[in-house]
Amino acid sequence: MTVADVLLLGLGAVAVGAGLCVVTTAHLVRAGLYLVVCLGALAGMFLVLTAELVAWVQVLIYVGAVVVLLLFAVMLTRAPIGASGDLDRPGWPGLLVGAGAGLGLAALFVDAYRWTSVSLPDGPDGPGSAGVLGGELFRSWVLPFEVLSVLLLAALVGAIIVSRPDVGASDRGAER
Amino acid sequence: MPVAVELVVRVGAVVAAFLLLPLLVGQTEHKVMAHMQGRLGPMYAGGYHGWAQLIADGVKFVQKEDVTPRGADRPVFQLAPAVTLLPYLLVLLVVPLGPGDLVGQPLDAGLFLVLAVLAVPVVGVMMAAWASANKYSLLGGVRGAAQLLGYELPFVLSAASVAMAAGTLSLPGIVAAWRPWWLLWQLPALFVFFVAGVAEIRRPPLDAPIADTELVFGYKTEYTGMRFAFMMLAEYAGIVVIASLTTVLFLGGWHGPAPEQLGWLWTLLKIFAVCFVIIWLRVTFPRLRVDQLQQLCWLVLVPLALGQLVLTAAVRMVI
Repeated sequence: MTVADVLLLGLGAVAVGAGLCVVTTAHLVRAGLYLVVCLGALAGMFLVLTAELVAWVQVLIYVGAVVVLLLFAVMLTRAPIGASGDLDRPGWPGLLVGAGAGLGLAALFVDAYRWTSVSLPDGPDGPGSAGVLGGELFRSWVLPFEVLSVLLLAALVGAIIVSRPDVGASDRGAER
Repeated sequence: MPVAVELVVRVGAVVAAFLLLPLLVGQTEHKVMAHMQGRLGPMYAGGYHGWAQLIADGVKFVQKEDVTPRGADRPVFQLAPAVTLLPYLLVLLVVPLGPGDLVGQPLDAGLFLVLAVLAVPVVGVMMAAWASANKYSLLGGVRGAAQLLGYELPFVLSAASVAMAAGTLSLPGIVAAWRPWWLLWQLPALFVFFVAGVAEIRRPPLDAPIADTELVFGYKTEYTGMRFAFMMLAEYAGIVVIASLTTVLFLGGWHGPAPEQLGWLWTLLKIFAVCFVIIWLRVTFPRLRVDQLQQLCWLVLVPLALGQLVLTAAVRMVI
């Protein structure tokens, strides 16, 4: 086992453990904080695999924005300190779906790669570096990238319209 | 030098700077603010113009009792100061002081590391706010989250503009590519980055999450002793970090006469000049209301940053 293997295993254990804590803890806000640990461990795994840019984007977007937004929403509505006893969590279906998806994906990957070993690329020209990734994204993958951006923009506009009752309200009022 | 020794020396130097520079800035703030308000500031500690005031403060903090409120969520409450403070240390690790090898750890995507890591202290703020079990703290935390989520966007966009101009994400690379006329070309980005940076570290006049006249002390209300000292250290470390990033990205870092020998001096001087401006802002401007804060962010800074991106791209196409 190399250092990278040990690090990957350790970080993976942290990520899985924190993920389990997210779904089992009865403390609402702590679940969000465990999610930070889980995503951080995932970013660490990207770093070990020399995908620097992906790792930092993961921290920037997920830890810095998504989890903060989640915590913000929890704190705005209700954020009891201590365990909440009234969480209606579907235990068995959740376990079934989670374990099924996890085991299925694991089986798929094990079957796809078997014992193929891939040496980690090194230096600034690896496939995970900012320059190479940017080049790929804006040369071969520019069309999917743009389509995805338009999709996100449409979702954003939709979210604004759904969340603002005053937009388009006068038209509907005229119809009535 | 063997790799291990070099690593220890580099990290040790960065940690020393991390502990020393915020104290210097804090002392400067005591004195500068006092003189701007027609006072003298600390005069007794240490004898000469109160130079040892912050050391005395530190001794005082160590002696104080470390109180955790009874209703608080203990582990989260106690962890929050570390989560707020440590990311700033990581940022200082990649800030170049001079040309060549005068940087804690040269990284290919250093700018991205900085932007990503600077998004973490918000989590610490929310942890502190929620775990304190205090309504003022919680209000401060909610304000903080709203503010930091908003200001993250112009912060990243204006930094992206410089990265586009320099054609690299590495901080030493950006300084090396910097030219004096960029001061004019990147002026809107400089303004946006600086204002968003001040908001990121929750300094007056953008300190609605702390707002000592409305919220007692915001998310820091319940902290005492050493943990409070860490919270304050995080504030001043934040000033140093934002000042050094502004210097490196927009003010040309080590550029000046004889950059090979005196580069570190120019960088430090520029950092302290920016720190002085941040202190000056605190003394000069009244605190922005929460709605004014959001207005400034979404109606002024974000459009300005987007315009700057277009301008940067256009100029890059021409030259």
